[in-house]
Amino acid sequence: MPINYYIFLAVILFCIGVVGVLTRRNAIIIFMCIELMLNAVNLLLVAFSKAHHAVAAINAGPAGTTAGTDGQMFVFFIMVVAAAEVSVGLAIIVMMYRNTHSVDVNFLNRLKH
Amino acid sequence: MNVTQILFWLLSALTVFSALVVITRKNPVYSVLWLIITFISISGHYILLNAQFLAVVNVIVYAGAIMVLFLFVIMLMNLNADAEPQKNKWLQFAGVIAGGCLALVIIAALKNVDAKARIAETGSDIGLIENLGKVLFTQYVLPFEISSVLFLSAMVGAVVIGKKN
Amino acid sequence: MSQLVYLVPMFPLIGFLINGLGRNVLPKPLVGIIGSAALLASFVVSLLIFNEVRTPGFSAVTVNLFDFIHVGKLNVPFAFQVDQLSVLFLLIITGVGFLIHVYSTSYMHDESPSSYARYFAYLNLFVFSMLLLVLGSNYVIMFIGWEGVGLCSYLLIGFWFKNADYNYAARKAFVMNRIGDLAFLIGIFWIFAQFGSVNYADVFSQARPGASAHVLTGITLLLFIGATGKSAQIPLYTWLPDAMAGPTPVSALIHAATMVTAGIYMIARSNVLYSLAPATQGVIAVIGLCTAILAASIAIQQNDIKKVLAYSTVSQLGYMFLGLGVGAYTGAVFHVMTHAFFKALLFLGAGSVIHAMGGEQDIRKMGGLRKFMPVTSITFLIGCLAIAGIFPFAGFFSKDEILSRAYAHNPVLYVIGILGALMTAFYMFRLYSLTFAGKFRGTHDQEHHLHESPAAITIPLIVLAVLSVVGGWVGIPEFMAPNAHVLSKFLEPVFANSHVAAPPGEIAASTEWALTIGSLVLIIGFCTWGYMKFKNFTLAEVKESTGLAKILENKWYVDELYDAIIVKPINWIAGFLNNVVEKLGIDGLVNGVGKLVQYGSRQIRLLQSGQVGIYVLLMVIGIVVLFVLQLFFPNLI
Repeated sequence: MPINYYIFLAVILFCIGVVGVLTRRNAIIIFMCIELMLNAVNLLLVAFSKAHHAVAAINAGPAGTTAGTDGQMFVFFIMVVAAAEVSVGLAIIVMMYRNTHSVDVNFLNRLKH
Repeated sequence: MNVTQILFWLLSALTVFSALVVITRKNPVYSVLWLIITFISISGHYILLNAQFLAVVNVIVYAGAIMVLFLFVIMLMNLNADAEPQKNKWLQFAGVIAGGCLALVIIAALKNVDAKARIAETGSDIGLIENLGKVLFTQYVLPFEISSVLFLSAMVGAVVIGKKN
Repeated sequence: MSQLVYLVPMFPLIGFLINGLGRNVLPKPLVGIIGSAALLASFVVSLLIFNEVRTPGFSAVTVNLFDFIHVGKLNVPFAFQVDQLSVLFLLIITGVGFLIHVYSTSYMHDESPSSYARYFAYLNLFVFSMLLLVLGSNYVIMFIGWEGVGLCSYLLIGFWFKNADYNYAARKAFVMNRIGDLAFLIGIFWIFAQFGSVNYADVFSQARPGASAHVLTGITLLLFIGATGKSAQIPLYTWLPDAMAGPTPVSALIHAATMVTAGIYMIARSNVLYSLAPATQGVIAVIGLCTAILAASIAIQQNDIKKVLAYSTVSQLGYMFLGLGVGAYTGAVFHVMTHAFFKALLFLGAGSVIHAMGGEQDIRKMGGLRKFMPVTSITFLIGCLAIAGIFPFAGFFSKDEILSRAYAHNPVLYVIGILGALMTAFYMFRLYSLTFAGKFRGTHDQEHHLHESPAAITIPLIVLAVLSVVGGWVGIPEFMAPNAHVLSKFLEPVFANSHVAAPPGEIAASTEWALTIGSLVLIIGFCTWGYMKFKNFTLAEVKESTGLAKILENKWYVDELYDAIIVKPINWIAGFLNNVVEKLGIDGLVNGVGKLVQYGSRQIRLLQSGQVGIYVLLMVIGIVVLFVLQLFFPNLI
């Protein structure tokens, strides 16, 4: 498998996330799209991790190397951060709904002032 | 075309399709469900890439915990397709064009990446929980402990924000 | 003693500072005493220096005070040069200046204490600047003094600044002077560029016959234009008659005796350069002569006592320039000296008359003042005789010397010069006759107040009258008494170089006798004519003048001509620039930028809708653009 395929897949997923953020007004959907983008990056990191490991394995043999572990650790920590982020973000959305009885981000136009 | 490749294409098609459905459904509940499918297919990719641990974590944390949280919130607010706010058509169009352009630009820039850097078809065991655990509790033990503090603070933050004034 | 020369300008400077700073606290008598004492002290020091310079074998001394400008090759020391020429001017300035200060203490007595002090402060500052001008050992110091006297002239012409006309006159004098000053300044730059120094000693020693004649002609012409501004020559003379707006002693000191002779001093000082530039000398002679004739002709028809004297001053300055133009440097300086005596005398006499008449200046409304003011009358008559050039008064000798040199140069110059001298004789005696002879033509009120002026006014008049009689005896021409020309011998070291470069022409003694006696007879005839014609003048004779008289009365319409060919077009251009270029072009540009920014920001403001979606969209577009630039045009950034 050429690594290009994974790159393209990740880019497409990421851009679908971007389009979702741009075209929707529902704060929860936007939040989900952000998760989608995070996952696209995760996928790419894992793919690179595998490629990195494959190159190292050619030199040292498959059992002799742990190259690529770092990439997977990164993905792990990204998931950790994402979980924390989701908890805070959803709390914010709930509070927003409580104040405006809507999840429409266009109500959040206080930035104008 | 071996099994891995067939699986890759199938999973890729499923991922992209379900992601597209996520952003096009009016009903947020459908979006959440399709997003779960996206995440599961991404977990399938992880397995193909010999990252078994991450695949499992992804299913448990993302497809399980996080998306359930989303569902809870949506249910809590009683959101449905009728309550869904609609964006201006032109703005939606502009958003699609902008996102498409971004994809085009990045793909065009990366299309000449050295195709020889293939991902070995051979398996590897670095993605197993044993190996990752060793690294996590030796090399990355400090970030791991700090991330527990992060969770604690996130929890406190969520409680404080969600509390009624 | 000559090392102490800095004391000479220092006393007036101290006087200026005391009177200027203490003008609100000093009592009037003290102000007058300080102002006069400063000049007296300067005069005494000048006399002592003169005594040293007079000894045979004295060579010029340069007194270095400090470095004024020292940049790269340019080295301008603040130094004074003591030689025969500067000492002569020192004596004239401080001597006549002292008399005029004394006179002023009485003449300006009606002023309030603070403006009285202001007057004396200005006068002292003027004397200081004038001394700087004649003492400086290089052109830059001379220029400082040159500007200083211009400033004081402006301040004193506009002394009664509550009168708008006087302010206009002051401004006119200042602007006219500036035109000349600019040329002078360019001349100095050129001198520095050519000779690498502005010191007289360096410049004159480098000026050689035949060397770069065009450059020398250019430099000397520029300096001469500067002189025409300060010394009121064609075409920049029109400020001087208007300058009579100032107090009369100011007219006597600044606009007759000293400042207006600065141009003559400058050219006499630069005589080495001028002798090497015959073309410039020709220009100077012609312009001097034209000015002499033109001003004399105007003076014939003027009725303001000070205006007559002002035009007479312009005319006499023309003679001095004629003398410079034909190489009679000694004659010109001689005439400066005698002119300082008799013109100061005439102005002070006129001031005395105006004082007695309660401010009236129209000579048609005077007459018969002889019996009311005997001292003023007699001294004024002496002044008239001196300026007309009657033997043996001062003016005869100096004017005769200039004219005989002009004859040696070109008889045509001589004939025209004599014509001007005849006019001078005529208008001076017309002035005398209208003022002092005949019957009084003013109001009864004025007649009642007529009185001889106090001693502070008459004593300077008497002193100046004596000087006007004997002042010429230092320059008795060779053909009358051999070796009697003391002044010529005294000044010989200063003009020696140019006499070598352009030796003066010789005229036979018999020709000189004939010319002198012939001109003297003519002049006496014109004096008598002028006196008799206006002796029995009555106001009833006044009628609208016609023809040439009208033209003369209106001063050849020169002011109107300048107005039409210079002032109006410049006003028009300024108006055009103001109304069209400024309003439409520059204002339009400036306001246009402002309006564009306002309009643009009003439009762009709408983008700040506060809606997060649009911000994100713009952010993505920005990212795309950055990616495109970074990835496909890496050389752009």
